[in-house]
Amino acid sequence: MIFSFDLLFEAILFGILLGCFYAAVSIGLSVSFGLLDVPHVAHPAIMVFGSYCTYVVAGWGLDPILAGVVLMPAFFVLGVLIYRFYYETFERRGSEAGVRGLAFFFGLAFIIEVGLILGFGVDQRTVQAPYIGSSLALGEYRIPYRMLVAFGVALVLTAALTVYLSKTFTGRAIKAVAQDEPALRLMGANPVRIKQWAFGIATGVSALAGAMLIIVGPVEPALDRLYIGRTFCVVVLAGLGSMTGTLAAGLILGVAESLVLMFFGASWAPAVAFGLLLVVLGIRPQGLFGR
Amino acid sequence: MKYWIGAALLFIAALAAALSPVNEYFFYAGYVVLTFVVLSTAWNILGGYAGYVNFGTGAFFGLGSYSAVVLFKALSAPLAVQIVAAAAVGAALGFGVGIMTLRLRGIFFAIATVAILFIMETLMVNWRYVGGATGLQLLRPDVMAPFSSYTRMLFVVMALLAVVAVSVARYVQVSWIGRGLRAIRDSEEAAESSGVPTLRLKVFACTISGALMGAAGAPMPMYLSFIEPASTFSLNWGVSALAMPMIGGTAHWIGPVLGALLLGSIQQIVTVTISNEINVLVVGVLLVLFVVLAPDGIVGLFKKWVRYFR
Repeated sequence: MIFSFDLLFEAILFGILLGCFYAAVSIGLSVSFGLLDVPHVAHPAIMVFGSYCTYVVAGWGLDPILAGVVLMPAFFVLGVLIYRFYYETFERRGSEAGVRGLAFFFGLAFIIEVGLILGFGVDQRTVQAPYIGSSLALGEYRIPYRMLVAFGVALVLTAALTVYLSKTFTGRAIKAVAQDEPALRLMGANPVRIKQWAFGIATGVSALAGAMLIIVGPVEPALDRLYIGRTFCVVVLAGLGSMTGTLAAGLILGVAESLVLMFFGASWAPAVAFGLLLVVLGIRPQGLFGR
Repeated sequence: MKYWIGAALLFIAALAAALSPVNEYFFYAGYVVLTFVVLSTAWNILGGYAGYVNFGTGAFFGLGSYSAVVLFKALSAPLAVQIVAAAAVGAALGFGVGIMTLRLRGIFFAIATVAILFIMETLMVNWRYVGGATGLQLLRPDVMAPFSSYTRMLFVVMALLAVVAVSVARYVQVSWIGRGLRAIRDSEEAAESSGVPTLRLKVFACTISGALMGAAGAPMPMYLSFIEPASTFSLNWGVSALAMPMIGGTAHWIGPVLGALLLGSIQQIVTVTISNEINVLVVGVLLVLFVVLAPDGIVGLFKKWVRYFR
């Protein structure tokens, strides 16, 4: 282990960029699991699916970020359909829905993963863009542009979703459904339609998150397994459903992972998110900003 | 009594088959199917009876495998010792995870098991003694007297483990423990307020389940003559161990056995004739189909069918 303050500074800088990216890939789950209480273990799989869709659309000559944005409406519809199906089959039937719902999303994740393997093979895929591969030289530090792009998009996405949930009428309704569903029903609103809308947004955001995933690094079908840890770690550490908490938790994970990567090596990095998740579950399951 | 006679007869049949000149491949495939019988039965004790989903079957299974390898490499311990030690380590892991996360809602337990799985894999990848990421080649010891090959012997060992696992699951189901676990599944608050020691029962179920999964993992390195972290700690073990009870039916001990025999056999055929990816796809699709269309599994379908014709 070589330690120097230069390396430490570099690791923290990279960790902050990485952390914003982790917040962005988790924010969809923060809505679907954190606010709506859907055991959405297929969230990372859908995101990786988004990466592959970005790969295809970017192959037609579109910028990958633009491709992610273009895919958002389609993913919104997909999300609405998934929630509708989940609601009709499990949530409405009440008791014991937990086990089956969990099993359903787990099975769905595997189907998506194998579908991607059958469609694209197990090889890693990347996209081309001017900002991928080059880096910004800041004195003696070099920051890859792809990380900066992901950082920017992540900030915009998180800010947009935070404002949407706290300032708009529908956004507040989504928060209301998370807080007290029967009360919302008594106010004459239909909680299922609101949840459906919210799940659609969460899935739509996953398309853009998937685009960032393939910008930040090469993507393979089994990548979703690793991101189960990262996304759930961020969402649980944040405190379920807290958007600013998601950003903070993402930063914590990003810096922690970057430090481990720098000082202990890449072979330990995958365990960071999972270890942090276990610690949070053991010590403070309501998260940092939990209700 | 009928159960014990049946179990003894099945075990004797497995033993007789292993001593007869049946094709070697039967035992090679049968061993894996029997492993799945143990894993899905073990999964069902916590997942089926109490309703707490474990995604990390691979963690318990893999830790069992690695315990066996360490004992074998350090002390060249015999297989029986390896299995007992693996069961103890699996039980300890189950107890630890249970104490830590079974107070929380089921989804948190499920996610924690995924976390354990990846942490175990990372630990083994970084542990040179057991071969790190590249794995370790193992030299099988000589086969014991009545058997003509090592695979046949392992087949009989796994058949014995399967009988033990199913007997334990059956005992848990019919005893007061099973009643308590079912009460937890139906309504944890109601169970707690009627005096069911919910946390203690859940941790107990998790420990037993972990012990059986660990034991099932112990002979695997000898079966493959090889061990390597990525496939040992794969999430695929988890999806199979979850899908089999769901397909067979989680309420009765026979459910996971049926599911494992059925799905395990299909998997063996698909892996040989088509590919390993399709194999995972079959598991995923069947899992989703059963969860959506036949929530009580094959046992539930059978019961419905009996009622319909009576």
